[in-house]
Amino acid sequence: MFVARSIAADHKDLIHDVSYDFHGRRMATCSSDQSVKVWDKSENGEWHCTASWKTHSGSVWRVTWAHPEFGQVLASCSFDRTAAVWEEIVGESNDKQRGLSHWIKRTTLVDSRTSVTDVKFAPKHMGLMLTTCSTDGVVRIYEAPDVMNLSQWSLQHEISCKLSCSCISWNPSSSRAHPPMFAVGSDDSNVTYGGKVQIYEYNENTRKYAKAETLMTVTDAVHDIAFAPNLGRSFHVLAIATKDVRIFKLVPMRKESTSTGPTKLEVQIVAQFDNHNSQVWRVSWNITSTLLASSGDDGCVRLWKANYMDNWKCTGILKGDGSPLTGSSGQPTAMSTVVGSSVQTSQNALNGMSAGRYFFPPLDPPRAGSRYGHLLPPSSLIEHCDAEPIQPQHQGLPHRLYSRALLPLPEADGQ
Amino acid sequence: MEELDVEPAITNIPAASDGKHLGFAWGPGDILAYETLYKASSGAKGSGCSFIHEVRKDEDIYSPILRKLFNESHHIFVGLQTIREDLPNKNKKPQFVSISKNYRSVIRACMEELQQVAVSTKDAKVSMQYGNQVSILLAIELIWNLCEVLFIDAAPAGSLLLHLLDWVRLHKADVDEKAREVLQSESPAEHHDYWDVVVSYVLQGRLEEARQMLVKQATLQPAARNMYKLMDTLLTKMPFYNPGGTQTLTEFDVKWRNWHEEVDRCLQDNSFASNRHLEIICRILVGDEDMLLDHKELLGTWYHFLVTRLLFSHPTVKPTELHYYAQSCMTMFLDSRNVPEPLDNILLAAFEFDIHQVIKDCSIALNNWWFVAHLTDLLDHCKLLQSHNLHFGSNLREFLLLEYASGLFTHHSLWQLAVDYFDHCPEFGRVYLELQIERVPLDTERKALKVLRICEQRQMSEQVRSICKIMAMRALRNNRLGSALSWSIRAKDAAFATLISERFLQDYCARGTFSDLDLIDNLGPAMLLSDRLTFLGKYREFHKLYGEKRFSEAAKLLLSLMTAKIAPRSFWMTLLTDALPLLEQKETPNHSQLGCPDHYPHQI
Repeated sequence: MFVARSIAADHKDLIHDVSYDFHGRRMATCSSDQSVKVWDKSENGEWHCTASWKTHSGSVWRVTWAHPEFGQVLASCSFDRTAAVWEEIVGESNDKQRGLSHWIKRTTLVDSRTSVTDVKFAPKHMGLMLTTCSTDGVVRIYEAPDVMNLSQWSLQHEISCKLSCSCISWNPSSSRAHPPMFAVGSDDSNVTYGGKVQIYEYNENTRKYAKAETLMTVTDAVHDIAFAPNLGRSFHVLAIATKDVRIFKLVPMRKESTSTGPTKLEVQIVAQFDNHNSQVWRVSWNITSTLLASSGDDGCVRLWKANYMDNWKCTGILKGDGSPLTGSSGQPTAMSTVVGSSVQTSQNALNGMSAGRYFFPPLDPPRAGSRYGHLLPPSSLIEHCDAEPIQPQHQGLPHRLYSRALLPLPEADGQ
Repeated sequence: MEELDVEPAITNIPAASDGKHLGFAWGPGDILAYETLYKASSGAKGSGCSFIHEVRKDEDIYSPILRKLFNESHHIFVGLQTIREDLPNKNKKPQFVSISKNYRSVIRACMEELQQVAVSTKDAKVSMQYGNQVSILLAIELIWNLCEVLFIDAAPAGSLLLHLLDWVRLHKADVDEKAREVLQSESPAEHHDYWDVVVSYVLQGRLEEARQMLVKQATLQPAARNMYKLMDTLLTKMPFYNPGGTQTLTEFDVKWRNWHEEVDRCLQDNSFASNRHLEIICRILVGDEDMLLDHKELLGTWYHFLVTRLLFSHPTVKPTELHYYAQSCMTMFLDSRNVPEPLDNILLAAFEFDIHQVIKDCSIALNNWWFVAHLTDLLDHCKLLQSHNLHFGSNLREFLLLEYASGLFTHHSLWQLAVDYFDHCPEFGRVYLELQIERVPLDTERKALKVLRICEQRQMSEQVRSICKIMAMRALRNNRLGSALSWSIRAKDAAFATLISERFLQDYCARGTFSDLDLIDNLGPAMLLSDRLTFLGKYREFHKLYGEKRFSEAAKLLLSLMTAKIAPRSFWMTLLTDALPLLEQKETPNHSQLGCPDHYPHQI
């Protein structure tokens, strides 16, 4: 992997969350500077900041996009005990020319008495529903019944988890076999209530959410939680960021016909990684749930992948190298991107993320009898280049050892 | 099967490393990384340095030349999937071999293009990058070729060696270059590379060419004429197995042994003792391993050594015997200083007919799934994975294809190729496609329609609905009511259609005219999607009739609109107002009905 480009985000303080929109063409960033910025990706891949505005009166912890079926809608949550919903307004034509757009606040949700730690939209098949969780231990689910009027939100459910909540994740499955389900994580230091992850499920009959399961084996503070995208499986996969990275499999058990409670879930641990050697703060799945990323106290982001035998391994690490870029403090809308750091040589460019642990290192000087002799670019390359030698120095091997440009297969001609 | 425990690659991010955390966000085809601090304190203060870094994995899909590889191999892949299943395997083998050759020729073509750029560019970095890609493709082709020989063609003893000889010759073409140089010189026989060329030819079993070269030396040394004649005879008489001929393998073996004895006698007789070079050649012909190893530089690789050794000591080698020779040759060739490298292990696994190991090692060593995905797919079609008693044979194929195709999906045009790959993954292909096709950015209507067509062809109704809804919403936000309406109709979204129809009607009330008349006039049966939409269509029809002065029909229609109760309440006044001029019309036969208050007591 390599850094393809660096964008000067120009926040005046720490960035707490960055969120791509559904199609990956826009992103939102939020910061302790109390603002949210929206960025648009142009055709050539450059990011432009198209909006930047103050959203709260405290650090903004998370920002998230609604599904584009509902339009261009953002939600943010903050230390100031509120969550807010924002909608983009199609601006004046000269605004468009300047590449700017306007976002207006549609509603402020003020029910929480403490810092709101996470905000997430429910899966789109449930309608336009927003969920928040706070350090006051309450999960709140709001609904906008009229998608065309985003200023009307009603608090549909208030679920007390009894523990300070740090994160929520909805099960994205829209299968009829699975009623709506979300997981809540807690970073509460209270040891009375053992399990720090709770799973809630919607009950059609009572029209309420009821707790389906508490993961009792997770006793340390949980900082992040993420359901994996469902790929037609009958079971659910949940990743947890706690003192290590944990992946659980939740298998719904067959329901008795008389049972009215939530589905019984069999909980199995699939993998556990403590490579971060410390607290893990974030976990997140990629779109196809083939890769999980985690961020920890060791300042690294680790990528995890399962092979076809379902064995999980770390396949890549992102690490701060201790030499941050110095930002230019330009205008917020100024496009200041630094293209691809040359820290990565082509050597790293060949390192794959998913598979490449090591590769054919063409830069090693070939040894006598080494099969590299013929793997290096053909001699014609060496002869025709005017510049100083690009090829590695060859010790003791005549350069004519390299095989010549290969001919097309004669047999292929009659195909 | 052991998984090597290798440390994963570390990618450096230009960010602070001490006391700071690295935040991240998954994107299509990349991951964003940024400096942050997660400790939840009351508004953690940090430095203002805020950069967001776009981290990408694969460069391959962005390379224009490699893209041709993806395009063309996609074509071959689709063709392979449609080969009829009911033919017996032995009829299919030639087809599979030809498909394998197709793939390889595509690799070759790509390599040549890359090389041309690498040679002609002035940019050293580009040249190196392309050079690297060429060397990787070289390795890939080498491996693929060997797999074709051993697994797909599955040559038996006799032909096996001939195929291996071809394989080695194909990948050691520098001999010809050297030969050309030598032949073009003033006095070839005196060229300092002359003997290297002759020996190389012999090592590759190209005896005819060796003989032609030797003639030049023979003319320079008339005194040694007899020696050269003898050598020429030996070279001419070396038997080569002819698979298409009438000679059986046993008969060939006998002939070959006789020849071998003859060569050995020459050595014992010291027939070539006075000519060092001819002596060397003679020793090679008799299969003297030490002599072969003396020529490591000319052989270049242990597998060349392997094939040459077999050629001159055991040309009737059986496939099952290969791995003994392979292992020992590798050990002999690489002295203790050299450690086998990934390529070596892969080739060794191939000689051991351990297909699974080959695939696994290739997956680890290469950063693009292209190679393993296509090769595994082909091997699976040859029913070779199953024969290895792996119940996850077909899962492996699907796993690799899904990985490869998912990688393609993030590319703005290659994603269309990926669709076909998903189509041929019976277990998870559909759900992967559903998940990923939704994310294709709908930059233009044309692109959206393209995506829709793909979804419609596969009856992915939810995706169709969702995409249409997104487009409808986008149009509505930009006040393009006609576009929004047509998208909602396509989405079969009655609720949204109602909403937009309301807007149209509001527009009419406000401005007195309709926008997007074309669309409304040509709604056809789509009108029935929602009541409001039906009303809109019919109301417009009323206006048309009125405009054409077909008042009686207009009045009839207006009446039916009023009585059918599909008119929105807000519109009743308007309808009544519209009725007024009709009441004044003398020709209207129904004006008495219109004037009758009984029809709508509830409306007033």
